[in-house]
Amino acid sequence: MERKASEMGMNRTGTKTSPVNSKKAIEGAEKAVPSSPGDASAIWKVRQEFAREVDGLGTVPPPTLKGMAKAAVDMLKGGRSTVFIDKLGQRAGFERTGVRLYESALSKLDVFGTWEGGPSREQMEKIRLDELSHFALVKRTIEKLGGDPSALTPAADLQANLSEGVPKMLADPRVNLLQSLEGLLMAELTDNASWELLIELARELGHNEIADDFQRALDVEQEHLALVRGWLAAGVRLEAKVGEEAAGVPA
Amino acid sequence: MALDLLKEKGVPLDRQKFTWKDLTRRTYSKLDDDAFTRVRVILMNGIESEALRFSHACARMNRELREPLALIRRVEQHQQTLVNWMNPPDQSPVETTLGFEQVAIEVTASVAQHEPDPYMAQTYRFGMLEDFDHLYRYSALYDRLEGKDPNYLIQSYSDIIPGRPTAIEHRHPLDDIRRPYDARTAEPLTKIHALTITAAEHQTHDFYMNIGPMFTDPVARQVYAEIASIEEQHVTQYESLMDPSESWLEKWLLHEAAEVYNYYSCLHYESNPRIKEMWQRFVDYELGHLHYVMELFQRLEGRDPAEVLPRELPEPIRFDSHREFVRQVLRDEVHLSAKGTEFVPRTEEAERTLLYRQQLNSEGSPTEIAAAGYHWRPGTELSDEAERLGTYAEGRIQ
Repeated sequence: MERKASEMGMNRTGTKTSPVNSKKAIEGAEKAVPSSPGDASAIWKVRQEFAREVDGLGTVPPPTLKGMAKAAVDMLKGGRSTVFIDKLGQRAGFERTGVRLYESALSKLDVFGTWEGGPSREQMEKIRLDELSHFALVKRTIEKLGGDPSALTPAADLQANLSEGVPKMLADPRVNLLQSLEGLLMAELTDNASWELLIELARELGHNEIADDFQRALDVEQEHLALVRGWLAAGVRLEAKVGEEAAGVPA
Repeated sequence: MALDLLKEKGVPLDRQKFTWKDLTRRTYSKLDDDAFTRVRVILMNGIESEALRFSHACARMNRELREPLALIRRVEQHQQTLVNWMNPPDQSPVETTLGFEQVAIEVTASVAQHEPDPYMAQTYRFGMLEDFDHLYRYSALYDRLEGKDPNYLIQSYSDIIPGRPTAIEHRHPLDDIRRPYDARTAEPLTKIHALTITAAEHQTHDFYMNIGPMFTDPVARQVYAEIASIEEQHVTQYESLMDPSESWLEKWLLHEAAEVYNYYSCLHYESNPRIKEMWQRFVDYELGHLHYVMELFQRLEGRDPAEVLPRELPEPIRFDSHREFVRQVLRDEVHLSAKGTEFVPRTEEAERTLLYRQQLNSEGSPTEIAAAGYHWRPGTELSDEAERLGTYAEGRIQ
């Protein structure tokens, strides 16, 4: 099925669609006087006022007895295991959402097909399983440390909210496979940076074995990122070509 | 000690004041607050939404009540704002949806257990099993669309399992109308219950109708369309429990009493001190409204409010898990449907309902698609798959 991401058509959102009305609207806006003086910083000030008064998103749940003992050891080493658990919760949640993202992308592949230099079914199915495996790895790590892997930590809630548009747009039937790759790119970039931070944190807290396991996960994530970047670049380049060269252009 | 409605005067109307900041500054925490704080906020938003809905309808039909209705309605508008704005902005629409269904399960279960009229109680049990199923469907959707765990919101208080399957909840409109209570003989609690559950369901319907089209996934959009249709059936069902022969003023008086009762119930159970303070404030505001309307009732209808109102507020709504009760109702009554105003085994459904359902489901059932083979597990159904596959330490499945 063919559906280009960047076709020319009857887009009405710009002022050039209606020069006569736009001219009047612009003149009207120029003449109007605001009801209060100031600028956009008025909004920042209220935001600051609220930020001083309200609580945060929430807390990290207390560890089990086993976890408490480990936390006490970490504290002696000068580390804050709560931060580690918070970030582990974030990774577990993001990797699990990642599984659903690749499911969405796979469903696009069935409808729109791929292109030269684009993703194959096998590649995307493998990445889906990698994400699942990373979720399992983080879940096991949280359990080992005496945390509750089923809890939503503040860092997990934050990252889920920051990235909520990605699963949303990937589920949209109007979005094709090439467009979906932009969502996967955002997810993989965040994932790579987050794994790097997590590894650093693990080493600082003296969890070297965990850090080694996570390094292997990061190596895999780096492969994902390179693949997604490549697929996207190939697809966009193809779509930008004209004439005969455009054979095999992404739909 | 129970609240004496006739003696406690609360805060007079002219001292009920707000600012924009006051209306919007409080939120509960999605992570740290008890699930029942969310349940109470969602319920009370529904109660206030009903207060406005009723007040507008009443103003259109009663010239002499327009001014007093406008005065109280403006306060109710701001109470609803303050209550609804307590939903935290990191709680997504589908997460709030899970909260709405938990309200419909746990609050309706409490009402069903305390309802003195057996037919009314049966009606609540009947509706509860349908909303119970909605929680399961939305949970599957949340898990499968976003890879997130519905129990973040539900906090293990309610089961996430099928109820009366949504696909067979669709009934002909004439099979959703129930028999009303008799205003002259019904207990005040029966009247308050009917108002409470109608309010909750009406707001649920409106919420789904507003947020349904904001989803991108076509199954999600259809699930919201399908469940909103059931909520419309539920509003039809529950509002028909109320006696249409009650006068407008009598109904208004009952609304105010139901508002006091519901805020009082919230106050009784609230674990968050900042939110508890707000429930107390609104118990006092609602007592002010109640006494204002009591005076109108006496003056304009020449009737004693004590004819209609309970002297003392009944036992509060129980904001707690009703797991065993719900499971028992599920075992005993999941096979029921309705025919006219009566509850009947599904094998005795009216032809009109069968045809109606067949038509709506003829291009597939969204709620069946969303939850095909779904089992909730801590950490989502993907936990299951991860365990089944087996994993390797290097984070790569071979």
